[in-house]
Amino acid sequence: MHLDADDEKILNGDYGETRQRMMEILVALGKVFGAEKLVPIASAQVSGASYKTIGKWGLEWLRSLDARVAVPSVLNPIGMDREQWFEMGIDPSFAERQEEVLAAYRRLGIKLECTCTPYYITITGYGDHLAWSESSAVVYANSVIGARTNREGGPSALAAAIVGKTPFYGLHVVENREPQVSVMVEGCDAARGLRTDHFGAIGYLAGKEVGNRIPFFSGIRPNKDQLKSLGAAMAASGAVALFHVDKITPESRVFSFDPGSLETITIETKDVEEVFSSIEVDAVAVGCPHCSPAELERIAALLRGKTTTKPFFIFAARSVVRSNRETVDAIEKSGARVYEDTCMVVSPAMERYAAIMVDSGKALAYVPGMCGAAARIGTIEECVAEATS
Amino acid sequence: MEVIIRARPIAKGTGTGPLLVTDAALSFLSGVDPESGVVIEQGHPLEGRSIADTVLAFPFGKGSTVGSYVMYALQRNGNAPAAIINHEAEPIVAVGAIIAGIPMIDRPEIPFAELKSGTTATVDGTEGSLRMGA
Repeated sequence: MHLDADDEKILNGDYGETRQRMMEILVALGKVFGAEKLVPIASAQVSGASYKTIGKWGLEWLRSLDARVAVPSVLNPIGMDREQWFEMGIDPSFAERQEEVLAAYRRLGIKLECTCTPYYITITGYGDHLAWSESSAVVYANSVIGARTNREGGPSALAAAIVGKTPFYGLHVVENREPQVSVMVEGCDAARGLRTDHFGAIGYLAGKEVGNRIPFFSGIRPNKDQLKSLGAAMAASGAVALFHVDKITPESRVFSFDPGSLETITIETKDVEEVFSSIEVDAVAVGCPHCSPAELERIAALLRGKTTTKPFFIFAARSVVRSNRETVDAIEKSGARVYEDTCMVVSPAMERYAAIMVDSGKALAYVPGMCGAAARIGTIEECVAEATS
Repeated sequence: MEVIIRARPIAKGTGTGPLLVTDAALSFLSGVDPESGVVIEQGHPLEGRSIADTVLAFPFGKGSTVGSYVMYALQRNGNAPAAIINHEAEPIVAVGAIIAGIPMIDRPEIPFAELKSGTTATVDGTEGSLRMGA
């Protein structure tokens, strides 16, 4: 792998032992993946923020590091809201250890935003190279923004954040971003009912078929929030890190290819309908991935004049909550609770429910395994109706 | 007679110990007990064996990325292997070896089947070599 003079100095230890170790990690990954060089990144998102995940030894390793990040960097969601953990029912000793992990990251210069939607926080543009970790953030950055990132592990994202570069391979290379499979969605128009419009359910189905390939969708016209839902679901039920949507996503016009040369998967309305069930639930949770300002406004509008009859959780990034305080207050007036830093997939607080209704194909895929609860998917309107019925 | 075999350097440093060889992939998370260094994955060919101070040769890593931190834990507890040889390195073990300071090589220019458990071996993870026999 080619290293420039600065990279070599870091590798020689001229900038301290921590940076040297981090460069060794990047060089080793470059070898493993056959990268020809390192490329500068615009931002990083580091996983391994939850104490439950990294444990005592992960925390000790973080504490042994002595350097500051070179680019804007945030964290993955953790198991609790950093301020409202007690009312979430989180054990105080867990909360204490969690704060120790965050303090270790703060010392490295990482912003204590624990979110799967860093694109609402750090400015991310077309063609930017990134080192992001969380699967739904990776697929959004690649597909909806046209930025370039592989799905990083915790230490590799941290190494990239501290060095300010990442190995140039995989989805950083334009030739590797070409569509590999065609997905036709049939019967998807507003006139035929809201459910065919439900991109979480479509993504949940598509991810299972697509696996880790790059799909090219036609027959749908999702907006940004719907693209978010579609991609997050495919990254959960499959391992999709990039998708294109005909005439919608920024790179859909970049590649000239013969759709007939690709394997074609067809998703029909009846397939989507079958994802929906009507099981009894004892809680409702939305915000997987974390809500956008527009989604918060929609929830507030749907809740206006209503009172919740069962626990209703809404999850969003800290700075999104803080800069939309009036909307959040309007939501909470109904009895619903808005939490930051965490979500229904990673918080142990959700384990006390037997069945949870969600508006997310990603949550539908993960809630049964991560929370030990049954999951039911609905549109956001159906979720609000269930929570207030 | 001493044999020197070239390999690709992954994590720097040198380590010497008896070879412990398996043809099965290894997961450090839930596959190895960081408190004892013993392989605990049920049905694994190395189940019940300690990897501490060995030159551990396995084809490649598998399992969760948290396995990298388990390797760090093994090292802090004094139960880490002296060195690691992989057929083909993957990110979990490569990153774990670096953060734990365990010398590591991959792609040794010798068939894995010719590595024999018990033989004393020295891995040079800086230059990329494996020395066996004396």
